[in-house]
Amino acid sequence: MDNPEQILAILFQLTQLMLVVLLAPLLTGWVNQCQAWLQNRSGAGILQPYRVLHKLFLKDAVMAYNASWLFNVTPYIVFGCMWLAAAIIPIIAVDLPFSQAADVIALVGVFALARVFIALAAMDIGTSFGTMGARREMLVSFLAEPALLMVLFTSSMISHSTQLPRIVEALAHHEFVLYPSLAFAALAFLIVLLAENARIPVDNPGTHLELTMIHEAMILEYSARHLALIEWASSLKLFAYISIGIALFFPHGIVEVGNWAGLPLAIFLLLLKLLTAGAGLAVLESLMAKMRIFRAPEFLGTAFLLAVLGLLIHFLLGA
Amino acid sequence: MTLVSTMLPIDVVLGVIVYWLLLGLAGLLLQNGRFITQFIFPAGALGALVLAAAALSGLGGAVNVTVLQLGLPDLPFHLRMDSLSSFFVLLLGSASVGISLYSAGYFRAMEGGTLGLLCFEYHVFLASMVMVLLSDDAYMFMVAWETMALSSYFLVATDHHVPDIRKAGYLYLLVAHIGAIAILLSFGVMQGGHGIGAYTFDAMRGAHLSTFWSSIAFLLALLGFGAKAGVLPMHVWLPEAYPAAPSPVSALLSGVLLKTAIYGILRVTFDLLETHQWWWGMIALALGLITAVFGVMFAAVQGDMKRLLAYSSIENAGLLLAGIGLTIIFHVYGKDALAALSLTATLYHCLNHAFFKSLLFIGTGSILHATGERNMGRLGGLIRKMPWAAALMLVGVLSISGLPPFNGFVSEWLLLQAFLLSPGLPNNYINMLIPVAAAVIALAAALAAYVMVKFYGIIFLGQHREKALEHAHDAGIWERIGLTWLAIGCVALGLAPVFVVQQLDQVTRVLIGHGLGNAAAGWLFLAPVDIERASYSPVIFLLAVVGVMLATTLMVRHFYHGRLRRGPAWDCGFPAQNARMQDTAEGFGQPIRRIFEPFFKIESELPSAFDTHPRYHGRSDDRIWFALYLPIKRITEKLSSLVSLLQHGRIHLYLAYTFVTLIVLLIFV
Repeated sequence: MDNPEQILAILFQLTQLMLVVLLAPLLTGWVNQCQAWLQNRSGAGILQPYRVLHKLFLKDAVMAYNASWLFNVTPYIVFGCMWLAAAIIPIIAVDLPFSQAADVIALVGVFALARVFIALAAMDIGTSFGTMGARREMLVSFLAEPALLMVLFTSSMISHSTQLPRIVEALAHHEFVLYPSLAFAALAFLIVLLAENARIPVDNPGTHLELTMIHEAMILEYSARHLALIEWASSLKLFAYISIGIALFFPHGIVEVGNWAGLPLAIFLLLLKLLTAGAGLAVLESLMAKMRIFRAPEFLGTAFLLAVLGLLIHFLLGA
Repeated sequence: MTLVSTMLPIDVVLGVIVYWLLLGLAGLLLQNGRFITQFIFPAGALGALVLAAAALSGLGGAVNVTVLQLGLPDLPFHLRMDSLSSFFVLLLGSASVGISLYSAGYFRAMEGGTLGLLCFEYHVFLASMVMVLLSDDAYMFMVAWETMALSSYFLVATDHHVPDIRKAGYLYLLVAHIGAIAILLSFGVMQGGHGIGAYTFDAMRGAHLSTFWSSIAFLLALLGFGAKAGVLPMHVWLPEAYPAAPSPVSALLSGVLLKTAIYGILRVTFDLLETHQWWWGMIALALGLITAVFGVMFAAVQGDMKRLLAYSSIENAGLLLAGIGLTIIFHVYGKDALAALSLTATLYHCLNHAFFKSLLFIGTGSILHATGERNMGRLGGLIRKMPWAAALMLVGVLSISGLPPFNGFVSEWLLLQAFLLSPGLPNNYINMLIPVAAAVIALAAALAAYVMVKFYGIIFLGQHREKALEHAHDAGIWERIGLTWLAIGCVALGLAPVFVVQQLDQVTRVLIGHGLGNAAAGWLFLAPVDIERASYSPVIFLLAVVGVMLATTLMVRHFYHGRLRRGPAWDCGFPAQNARMQDTAEGFGQPIRRIFEPFFKIESELPSAFDTHPRYHGRSDDRIWFALYLPIKRITEKLSSLVSLLQHGRIHLYLAYTFVTLIVLLIFV
């Protein structure tokens, strides 16, 4: 700890930790606002998620009579996992000390940990919607998770490391060389992003009281601060996924720790990328219709195959 | 003091074997149920603890060799304890501590019955597994292997008055013997026709077999040991025998016995055979992957909790075999650092599986005691009736799903690292197949999480599906101790990977002449190759998650409040809810059955819309049973009915046969 560079790196890490947790709802607000514009509505403004969170935190939590401790702790576990996931992805600067403790495989593990807990909590009350949601969530994830892993593998094969900072460093310093393997990976990643964040066409974040819901069905029994934490965690998850996308496919402009001069530009570029990604997501969702639940495995199977194809192409072409 | 310090680990291990046999005999002779549960099983656990400690000290030490003057006149029992044996003895000892402690509670229900006999079989089973691991000649190996098979057969058939259990036991015995024949033939090939002295493993090590014969030996060993591990297509006995056995025995079968098969494959491949072929690795890898996906797919559609775990054991056996296959491939191409990595992952997974699967199996025993029900469709909501069992089994569920920071994740992480480092093998086809293999492993791991959410969710969460569950009671004190021991093992193996890998290095150095070391050179970070390349620190990870969770809780309390009310479940305002509206085990597995439809033989009967008494019935069977086993059975029956044409039971006919044979022989000889 006597090394000033290390202290700086830890400072960077803590800054990012606070930044992501505070700014993640903003991204969700931005996506919703873009969707409102596309649907010719005026929208609630990009600050709406904060208002919703504040309202939820103020309310008294209500739990079902038969809810167990698992139901009670799950929101905290999910929130903690998503927060950590968002914090280890290099977005402004590489060299985050925490990423040594958890590499990309562990990152996938963190997502899985949160998912298993939320699926278990959904089954805890024993309602028909809850178990249905849990089953569907696990169905979507058992194809999405290996696809995500394969996408990450392709990039770690290119950079010879499974640590996100090393991957980003390697990819960022290849000035606009288009990797064919990464093109396939990017497509697969997009599908995974849509599926894992409960977006159209796999799920619909704006739905309730429908037999088609997945994520919303799981968190139906949650209220007040528990719901707030889960909603916040969903924002963090979306933020984390978009950050992974940026880090893997558009890492240009990221800075090393201590490079103060490059920092303003890095932040500006990051904001630009996030805004574009959010708007793009809104457009994608507006253009597509939700698919039947049994089409979802085919959709995700495509992602899995694309990701494996990307990896194979890397092996064949070495790029 | 001097006596203790001069004792070699192998002496201690032999002492524990004798001690176990004596304990078993004492149980058999005394027949006092209370004494057996309160004294003999805990004493057996103590022996297991001593065994584990001896093995741990033997792991880094010199090779111990002893010859016992038992066995055949020209071939006394050779014993040898090197680091490979030590590792598996350690696994056996440390896992069976928990299982034996648990048994002390579990078998109380049998007090007054045939408990003495069971206690004897149980300890003979444990002792024979240790003998298998220590054997240094084929004769002793086969004697120990058969003792192990027979004692476990009797344990499986404990409830022999149930016809299904008798059938399961028979199937187990049959497959075990097919396996044993293959192993015997493999040893026969390896001794190379050099007389009885060549049946020692030492002679086999120096036998210099040709490529052809060593390949035959490898394939026979793969078949024989694969049958014990449940590798396709010899897996059919597992889902029958594991559920049939009493739960602690199921735990031993899956947690420990399965590992002796892995030990056998490793011993034959890396110790007894001196040259290897790359395609051996490909066969093992392919077979392992197919087994893994098959196992997890079938686990997803099971309704019986122990069958589900049995299929999950098949999956894990597949993963272990895939790891061995990868090790062979790397070893053949001289990439020993990578071979060491994948072998470490395999051994680590052996240890992990011994802990989490034993934990889950004995946990099902507690549920069985509390409810008398193995069918998950009649369980539900047990977390409120059995808080101890529920909390401890949650650890097992999270571990087996490969989630950080538990132990299952570490071995998965190591194995995936081995795949990621694979490019650069001289064979292009293998280079291309390996990423596909990694994808299959990732798929199997993700499906395992599906299976485990189903397992835990249907059993422990939700509402009680039957009224009788209101009276379910939690696990007893001995059962809790056993469960806790295994759960602590899962957590410890997950949090201290650096220590475990250092121990495993002793084994990989012996087998493939290369250890992993630790690039990070610290206890905090696991870095198998290079800290720049990949590192993982479960301790920091756990601290961070817990820290973030605590901070969140405190902040929410500080800025807002912690008020909590209880009310009826909302369920979208749907008024009439009952326990029948939850998913059953079949319902939860239905998507998997639908997606992988061609792999199952599905038999279902759907009610029509106008049925007044609608009944639903569905079954998913294993196609291999119908495509492979039943034809073999039919052919065997045909052949034996042909043979029976000769048999009429009349003495003069047999005399005529003898006479004809004599004449024929006289003509020819």
